Amino acid sequence: MLKFNQISKNFGGLQVLSDVNFSVPQGGIFGLIGPNGAGKTTVFNLATGLLRASGGSIDFNGQDLGSIPPHRITELGIARTFQNIRIFKEMTLLENVVVGMHDHLDYGFSGLLFNLPSFRRIEAAARERALELLSWVKLDHKAAMLADSLSYGEQRRLEFARALATKPKLLLLDEPVAGMNPAEKTELMVEIMNIKQRGFSVFLIEHDMRFVMGLCDRVAVLNFGRIIAEGPPDEIKNNPEVIEAYLGKEEDE
Amino acid sequence: MLEWWEGFWATYSAVVYGIGVNAMLALSIYVTLSCGLLSLANAAFMGIGAYAAAMISMNSGLPFPLALAAGAVLPALVALIIGIPTLRLSGVYLAMATLGFGEVVRVIVLNMEITGGPMGLNGIPLKTEFWHIALLLAATLYLLARVRRSKIGRAFEAIKADEVAARLMGVNVPAYKLFAFVLGAAIAGVAGGLNAHYTFTIGPNNYAFENAVDILTMAVFGGVSNLIGPTIGATILTLLPEVLRQFKEFRLALNGLILIVVVLYLPNGIWDPRRIHAFWQRRKAGKDQ
Repeated sequence: MLKFNQISKNFGGLQVLSDVNFSVPQGGIFGLIGPNGAGKTTVFNLATGLLRASGGSIDFNGQDLGSIPPHRITELGIARTFQNIRIFKEMTLLENVVVGMHDHLDYGFSGLLFNLPSFRRIEAAARERALELLSWVKLDHKAAMLADSLSYGEQRRLEFARALATKPKLLLLDEPVAGMNPAEKTELMVEIMNIKQRGFSVFLIEHDMRFVMGLCDRVAVLNFGRIIAEGPPDEIKNNPEVIEAYLGKEEDE
Repeated sequence: MLEWWEGFWATYSAVVYGIGVNAMLALSIYVTLSCGLLSLANAAFMGIGAYAAAMISMNSGLPFPLALAAGAVLPALVALIIGIPTLRLSGVYLAMATLGFGEVVRVIVLNMEITGGPMGLNGIPLKTEFWHIALLLAATLYLLARVRRSKIGRAFEAIKADEVAARLMGVNVPAYKLFAFVLGAAIAGVAGGLNAHYTFTIGPNNYAFENAVDILTMAVFGGVSNLIGPTIGATILTLLPEVLRQFKEFRLALNGLILIVVVLYLPNGIWDPRRIHAFWQRRKAGKDQ
């Protein structure tokens, strides 16, 4: 559903991505792995419109994303979370999630101004839906609390709920388990499986090999801005080039 | 009693009017601050509104509400035009650009014949009555309260907290910033129009740098996390010089001292619901023991 065609990106003289080709299939979990600085987050920034490609094209369900502003891309059905969690800390959990529904609250200015029934109905429905999304990630009992008071793992789950509120077709997760302990990782793995089961397609970037291999249906490997392998996890695990570029490095540690 | 009241009103009506107008100004800068924009153009927008409304009243027979409406629309249009390029800036850069804009407006007004140049406009008809100010301040508070409770208010808050995250939640960030800027300009313009119609005279220096800073001070002093803060801030800072009158030459120094103390010890302003809530919780806990 999301397709990168010959994408290249350079910042000044620094070539970050060159001729990147891959496509994320509908349904299932697609993983993009690679060592630090391989250009993984740049891939997400291009897909969400925060950055523009220097060459090539990105295609989402047949639509070229080349000149579409980020908020419209969200409307088209791509949502994401961030490596360094970016929740709205001064807002309650519920409000955080309702912000994600921004595009779907269709009341006019007069409805808002005069507190018309249509306004109240849509706002009430949004709150109800937000509570449901929070219950998916088991945070509904904290809905009225400030997001600031959540633990690291909880903040990550709140970010999931907020991203799901945009009604995405494809959910991009940027290193979802970065900085988590093994217990939290397992918990989050279950969470991501649940999201997949609910019919969302997931595209994730990750360092943690065990996490990726256990979760993904298909994996692509990015190294120095190039895709060096793509296939099912078992195939990737045994690819000598991948082992050299990535896994070999891990063993040195 | 009635006599006392008449005497009081004759002396202090200008102060009461000032509270209302300043509250609207503080609310106008609250709008942009709530969207994470530090814009210091509100004094200039007030000036544009004041001149537009005053010139209509002086040169045509149009009724007062129309003059005030023009005082809202003209600054809003100017905000729309200058907002598109300048709102790409953020933080202190935006503050500097908007201050520069204010200076440009002042110099233009200073050099134009139609605005009376450095002499300003004199003999503006006295049309503002107490209920005009009360009504428009109430309308402003109502409008902003409604906006706060809607997706617009949430979008503002999200932009203030994290612009990138807000964008990726589907919020059209540039459009909402522009909306906040234009709305703030319109409110400041109405305040200017009301002000011009009870002061009899206005000049280009009424809307300069220090006024921009005064407006910001009132909002920050009161607290910008809600609507009550700027209103209280404007009220106190308008009354303070009157209350401190007995201190004569120390008045301004004392005024400054109070400001410093508040900013040091109440960084979120006087009206900070979370702090007040925490205070009552503590008191309750203390009593229970």
